[in-house]
This record gives sequence, C-alpha cells and structure tokens, in this order.
Amino acid sequence: MSVTIRIPTQLRSLTGGVGEIALEGDTVGHVLRALDGAHPGMGERLFDGDGSLRRFVNVFLADEDVRFLQGLDTPVSDGQTISVVPAVAGG
Amino acid sequence: MDYVTGLRCRECARTYPAEALHVCDFCFGPLEVDYDYERVTADLTRERIAAGPQTIWRYAPLLPVDDPAPIDLGTGFTPLVRAERLGAELGLHDLWLKNDTANPTGSFKDRVVSVALTKARQLGFKVAACASTGNLANSVAAHAARAGMVSVVFIPSDLETAKIVTTAVYGGHVVAVDGTYDDVNRLCAELTSEHPSWAFVNVNIRTYYAEGSKTLAFEVAEQLGWQAPDHVIVPVASGSQLTKIRKGFGELYRVGLLDEEPHVRVSGAQAAGCAPVADAFAAGADAIRPVKPSTIAKSLAIGNPADGWYALDAVRRSGGAFASVTDDEIIDGIRLLARTEGIFAETAGGVTIASLAKLAAQGVVRPEEKVVAYITGHGLKTVEALAGVVGPTATIAPTLQAFDATVDVDATLDRRA
Repeated sequence: MSVTIRIPTQLRSLTGGVGEIALEGDTVGHVLRALDGAHPGMGERLFDGDGSLRRFVNVFLADEDVRFLQGLDTPVSDGQTISVVPAVAGG
Repeated sequence: MDYVTGLRCRECARTYPAEALHVCDFCFGPLEVDYDYERVTADLTRERIAAGPQTIWRYAPLLPVDDPAPIDLGTGFTPLVRAERLGAELGLHDLWLKNDTANPTGSFKDRVVSVALTKARQLGFKVAACASTGNLANSVAAHAARAGMVSVVFIPSDLETAKIVTTAVYGGHVVAVDGTYDDVNRLCAELTSEHPSWAFVNVNIRTYYAEGSKTLAFEVAEQLGWQAPDHVIVPVASGSQLTKIRKGFGELYRVGLLDEEPHVRVSGAQAAGCAPVADAFAAGADAIRPVKPSTIAKSLAIGNPADGWYALDAVRRSGGAFASVTDDEIIDGIRLLARTEGIFAETAGGVTIASLAKLAAQGVVRPEEKVVAYITGHGLKTVEALAGVVGPTATIAPTLQAFDATVDVDATLDRRA
C-alpha cells in the first residue's frame, strides 16, 4: 500500500524540510517504521523505549486518531494519509 | 524586562530559548517556562503587588512577558466570595467561590489570552488564532480587536449560539469546523505548521498562554490574606488550568510570598460524557484513553486532553480526587449555585459545583477544610442548557385578582423561615 505521511514542523529537520512523504506499508506501524528507515532518527522521536508511541505523539489515519482504531496495528489502504501531530492543549 | 530564563521540556528536560515554541523538538513533550526565581524573590513583594493594577498584571514578574502596556481588557482580580449558603447545603463550613465569570469576556480565558497575545505581539506576530470550545474564541477575538490584530478562530460548528455571537461580533474570522473540538485541535496543529507567522495562542504560543492560569492561584492566596486554601476544585478540559493552579501556589511559596509551604489538595471536575481524566483516576491508570465527547458542558468537551496526564499526576500527588457528573447533575449544579449564591455559571460551573457536592458527600472534601471552587465561565454563554428548565414561575393576566390567585410569596418566605 502506498500512503502519504504528513510531517509536522518539529520533525522536518529530519526530512530536509519536506512536509509530505509517500511510503509503503500494510499497517500504520509498518509505515512509521518505513519512515524511520527513510529518515533515520525519526524512530526515536516517535517511539519510546518499548516501541509504543510517545505520550505526546498523536497519529491520525484519514483524520481519525489511531487510538480509536487499532493503534499501530491499524491496516492502511492505498492512497490514505497519515498525519503525525504533536498533542496540543486547548479550551 | 521579564524574568524568564528560557523554556524546558517537561518530559526530557531539553532546554530552548524563549521563542514561539510549544513542544520539544525531540520528544514532543510540552515546554515549560523557566524563571529566575532568585530575582523574582528579590523584586516581588506583597507591597509591590498591592500597589499594582487591579488585574492579573500585578503579578507580572511571575508571568512570561513583562510589558508596560499589556494587551488587557481589565482581566483578573475577580471576586473571591465566601459561600455560606451553598456551604450549608453541602455541609462545608469554610467554602469560597472564585468568581471568574466577572472577567471582560465572561471566562477565565481572558487570563491566558491577555498573557499569550502580549507575548505574541512582543514576538512580532500580527495574526491571533486559536482552536476553541468557545470561551477561548470569545477572548481571542476581543483581545485581538483591542490590540488591532487580525483574528482567526476555529470552533466546532455545533457550539452554543451565544458563544458564536459573542465571538463574531468582534469582526474577526470565525471558522466553524464540522467536527468535535478534538478535530478542530488537530486541524489547528497542522495549520500551525503551514502558517508559522500566525500566533495560535493554544498551539505555538501555548507555553506562555498556559502560564496565565497561575494567576487563579495568586489571586486566591492574596485575597485570603496571603494564605493558601486547603482544597481547590477545578474543572478539567485539557488539564492545563488545574496543573497551573497547583504550580501557582508552589511558586508563591518559592518566591517568599507565602510564609508556610502550601499543601493544597487539588481535585478535578469533569462531565461524565467526557471524563477521560476522571476515568483514569478511578481506574488507577497511568494512560489516558481518549473519548468521543457527549455532554452539555461543551467548554469541557476535550476527549484527548493534552495536559490530562499532568492533571492526573497533580491530583494524585496533592491528595485530591476526581468526580464526574451527568448532564442532569450539571443543570442541578448551575441552579444550586444560582439559588444559593446569586452567581450564574455556564455548564462548566455546573460541573464544578456538582462535582464538589459529590466529593463532599463522599467525605473527600472535608467539612472543616478551607475550600475554593473555581467558577470559570458565565451562564449567559450557555443559556441553551437551561431552555425548558427554568422560566417564568407564573404567567398571569395584568390584574390583582389573577396575581393573588396564582402567586403566594408569603409561602416562599415561610419555607425559608
């Protein structure tokens, strides 16, 4: 499956300033690991020591928080967009 | 000149300069403002504060921006009132209410926005933006108008009519998004990357913005004669306000404005229809599971609270608790507060009062404690919640006979006696 990943400002130093990257993978987790392969250093920014998403990293598949889906195991379809977004407070 | 030494990540402690940064570049953890507390201790005295303006800016050395002419509509130093009637109903002997409905746009958000936009202007921003459940949109639009900045505020499209009107009247861009607040928030987080020249007060300016909530602690301590209360009840949406109130009491002691180290128990209030932090507390969990909100307390309807973990930690460390209350209990809370104390709160205030009642009944809030409940928004913003609940107690023909036949004021007096 080919999907697009949207990269937030904070991580664009690892992508040469690029905000959207096309990658292959079957699940959200696979795609994020592929992102780490293409842009080394990405993994330690997204994942903590035991391989789960860091507490303040939010990942959305087609605008839905993956924690409402199957987390990193959520399957992806061809042409979908994954957004990596820092958690923000509001009110 | 301010007293800020820089920013620091709350998760991994990396440090950053005091610029428009809101999350750690490395781990996405939230950034916290660091101050030169020794200089603050030397300069900020009770006398200097007493001689300052009757606004949040009397505490400027403990705020992240010091400007002789801040963007200010007259925010803060709102009434702290003793609540004897409400206390009697709840079995609490020393209950106080911090009435933040008295702020210029009717909610505590004026505190954070005055700080955020003053800092944003100093950093050179000309566009003020936010993701909002309503109160923040009101305040950003008003302060931007006051400062001559362009405002762009994003709100869920199902917001209460009053909150839309009281935002749109200031003449900025008001963008209603088809989705929940969490959808709005995610959109704004992405827009921040695309429009770095905009000051999203609760995104890229959030580090400074959140500090404004400390003034809720500063004022209460000063108004109690420079002492901290035993217990505070705070409504929880993102969790930022609760966390900053606790920080505020600690800072006052750190800079010598409180003689005794405060041990303020901090308890949180949420609506049952959006209670991710209260649920985590009840379950003894460390992780907060996001929820899809469904509650009349729209100003608290954040299903994925960014500071929820810190709020949970603050409540646990302080020996407080969480309560969550149903929509019916929220309405009862609004009416109880209005009937006993003459204060009309929005739905979030109903959540606070109903949660206080629940925690008092459970014995978590103790009868002899000096308790402060934070009433953070005005009831006129959410009158829809009371439609069909309260109204005329009688509708009569314009005659004495009709009045005498229908209304018995003496009976009401007798019931009070």
